[in-house]
Amino acid sequence: MSESTDLSTGGPTPEGRTPGAVDVGMGTDSRVTSDMFGATFGGDTSGFGGLVRQTPADVGTPRPYGGWFDEFADTLEAVYSGFADAVTKVVVYRDEITVHVKPAKVAEVAQVMRDDENLRFELLSNLSGVDYPSQAERLHVVYNLTSMTYRRRVRLETAVTVEDPHVASVCGPYPTADFHERECWDMFGVIFDGHPALTRILMPDDWPGHPQRKDYPLGGVPVEYKGAQIPPPDERRAYA
Amino acid sequence: MTVTDPYAAAARETTEGRVYTVTGGDWDTIQPSDEEERLVINMGPQHPSTHGVLRLVLELEGETVTQARTVIGYLHTGIEKNLEYRNWTQGVTFVTRMDYLSNAFNETVYCLGVEKLLGVEVPERATVIRVLMMELQRVASHLVWLATGGMELGALTAMTNGFRERELILDVLETITGQRMNPAYVRPGGVAQDLPPGAVEKILDLLEVLRERLPTYDDLLTGNPIWQRRLQGVAHLDLQGCLALGVTGPILRSAGLAWDMRKTEPYCGYENYDFEVPTETTADAWGRYRVRMAEMWESLKIIDQALDKLEPGPVMVQDRKIGWPAQLALGPDGLGNSLDHVKKIMGTSMEALIHHFKLVTEGFRVPAGQVYVAIENPRGELGAHVVSDGGTRPYRVHVRDPGFVNLQSASAMCEGSLIADAIAAVASIDPVMGGVDR
Repeated sequence: MSESTDLSTGGPTPEGRTPGAVDVGMGTDSRVTSDMFGATFGGDTSGFGGLVRQTPADVGTPRPYGGWFDEFADTLEAVYSGFADAVTKVVVYRDEITVHVKPAKVAEVAQVMRDDENLRFELLSNLSGVDYPSQAERLHVVYNLTSMTYRRRVRLETAVTVEDPHVASVCGPYPTADFHERECWDMFGVIFDGHPALTRILMPDDWPGHPQRKDYPLGGVPVEYKGAQIPPPDERRAYA
Repeated sequence: MTVTDPYAAAARETTEGRVYTVTGGDWDTIQPSDEEERLVINMGPQHPSTHGVLRLVLELEGETVTQARTVIGYLHTGIEKNLEYRNWTQGVTFVTRMDYLSNAFNETVYCLGVEKLLGVEVPERATVIRVLMMELQRVASHLVWLATGGMELGALTAMTNGFRERELILDVLETITGQRMNPAYVRPGGVAQDLPPGAVEKILDLLEVLRERLPTYDDLLTGNPIWQRRLQGVAHLDLQGCLALGVTGPILRSAGLAWDMRKTEPYCGYENYDFEVPTETTADAWGRYRVRMAEMWESLKIIDQALDKLEPGPVMVQDRKIGWPAQLALGPDGLGNSLDHVKKIMGTSMEALIHHFKLVTEGFRVPAGQVYVAIENPRGELGAHVVSDGGTRPYRVHVRDPGFVNLQSASAMCEGSLIADAIAAVASIDPVMGGVDR
């Protein structure tokens, strides 16, 4: 509850303190933009809240991670010989652990995590992309692995540039990644090396561009409502 | 001079008039019978048996499917992209339209994600109402599965009966939320409004009707030899195949693994409910039918218990920076803000008015970070990967829809079977294209 009280009473001061600045998982300060609107400070509703937007920074969470996270990290480190080379950082946030991995090593790490009897992440629950245009390696791919044996969930994350968007496919250890990786290629333009047939899945085959990238416009037309012209959603007045 | 039409059909005169004998177009004339007969056909996307706008590309040898590929995307609406241009609360109205047969699940998983980022605890009553809505929806979803699946296999009475009972459930949902479907009732921080007067009684009446009618499905179908022969041993996918393909939900449970996140990773207080996770070991369409039928009974048990757990209390977090200040009431134009509340904020408190305005137009802020939450929807693991950059709009939301993932198993289930069994296989997967394509 500490975070919520923080939001309701603490929150950013007009100078722009980060909400919940202790532990935000995405890191801080890598890109800060502020905005006039948004009162989160006490009863002040005059505006000028000083919105701080954040994108991930290059800092991991220091040990100990707490809970079973340490045991998990130790096991992975012990059984995976390339750990130091492949893993760039480990972030723990909101009771979830994220292991950041180099794009070429994802399949290797996934294979170890699936096969080792102390890890046993049998199920790839989810694979999706996130685009952070302010970073050099802006296209992130996120894998949510589930261990049915130990009832644990771990997230793998990797990042690539738009110019060289190659990630090792995890279709080998997890055949279920087939559709997921096709969607990620379709929506973000990430190329999964080793995927059996990386084609578009949701958009038509001849579609130009990758719609979920942040620089891809939402599109839309203005609509008339009660005599007034309402602009399309991406051109409407945005407060944040 | 007479011109003879080379394409004219042979004709002869009879006492009844001229009779034409039309021939040609036979398969033998197109494909010599000594060569391998291989035919690629498109099934869908507009086909009554493909369970929505799903396109199946089937390679056939006679009646046997040698290869099957699913083609999706015909119902892609860019919901995830659209979410990034609306505030967190508005996001609910989008996610509810993904898997349109299980709205309450989409809304709940999205809200659980947002609440996890916010770090807020939802009031007990709101959680119980969410469980109530989800379980009602689970029964409704399984009934639609029975209805459409039955129709695809030729059991039209299953369709009329299934939709009839489902409509009764939707009536109750309409009483509670104001809409049959896509209600955007679950909101970050709780639910939009409390249960209206009479809702509990309506649910109790509904339970009575359902308890009376669910056994009639058994009477109609379970012992029916045609139904059995259409499903038993069809669309086989064993446990190993399920796990490799990431299949969850009734398909996984029909292969013998009692993996149900209400039990394995309880959320919304499911650990306090007494219910079973039905499983089968046949790993075929029949097992999935049995699992879903049994699950409806378990859902009814949960609804009963949820009604007992309903204690008076708030249904939205008391944090005024998150919960909308609205005091909804039934107005002359349907649902709206209560006049007393409008009078109060307009007449006595300038700050309350501004606060209301800003919270509604601008929305609340969600601390930066990413979370993944997963719940058990009627089709399997429904997950939401929610990313915030600290702003009032989602930075990125990805919904892991079980229909999308489970559909990958269609090829494994169909290949080598008869084309009629491919229909049974897709029906047993129960994909909802709104969720598959998003």
